[in-house]
Amino acid sequence: MLSIEHYLILSLALFMIGIAGVLMRRNVIVMLMSIELMLNAVNINLIAFSRLHGSVHGQVFAIFVMVAAAAEAVVGLAIILAFFRNGKTLDADEMDILKW
Amino acid sequence: MTVLNSILFYFLAALAIGSALLMVTRRNIVHAAIFLLAALLATAGIFLQLQADFLFIVQIFLFAGGIMALFVFAIMLVRPGIPSQPPRFTRQRFVATILTLILAAQVFFAVVLGSGSLRLAARSVDIAPKNTEAVGDALFRQFIVPFEIASILLLLAMIGAVVISRRNRDAFD
Repeated sequence: MLSIEHYLILSLALFMIGIAGVLMRRNVIVMLMSIELMLNAVNINLIAFSRLHGSVHGQVFAIFVMVAAAAEAVVGLAIILAFFRNGKTLDADEMDILKW
Repeated sequence: MTVLNSILFYFLAALAIGSALLMVTRRNIVHAAIFLLAALLATAGIFLQLQADFLFIVQIFLFAGGIMALFVFAIMLVRPGIPSQPPRFTRQRFVATILTLILAAQVFFAVVLGSGSLRLAARSVDIAPKNTEAVGDALFRQFIVPFEIASILLLLAMIGAVVISRRNRDAFD
């Protein structure tokens, strides 16, 4: 029988993989994808608790998380494109024009 | 029925975690995007298994359809400039691995420790059969102000993306 812990552990695993991706990868597009993965893991938690409590409010909040994820992806990719035009790099270690 | 449910859950969970791991470790960005798509679709299956029909279809439309197309498009736009074999991981990868594992262990411990307090899991109420109607009802009755704010957020993101990624800034001034 499945319990809420199954979903919590699955969500935890996906979230940690996303954190590892953001911290370790050099490519900024893959970092953005990892952030999408983390937001998705949060949605699993919200919907699992929504099912647990028999209320749709968790699903409504998951919709808002999806809206935020979409906005973040659009603006993030636009920033990456603008940066790539100026700096010709996608490497997070080389994006150091603000560092002195 | 419950056995089938468990098998489905473990299959989808393994698919999601495996795809996520491959996404983080693949060198090729296009492969990473495809594995992200697989992980998002597996998550959509988890949503369906949790009886969230509306979010299942929204996940497929919005993420698998919209955001993945956006990522592939962005990859295509920046592709030619990428050097052939850059190192995949940053210099701080060992510290990052250790910190991630510590955080994972902490949260895992908290979940295991608190599992007794989640006794509500035993009853696991069924949500109303008309899931889409219920979600729409909640969205437009109780959450109408956040809904409007979310629409403004989307509008701002759209305008912001156009302004940021515009090629020559003086063309329209």
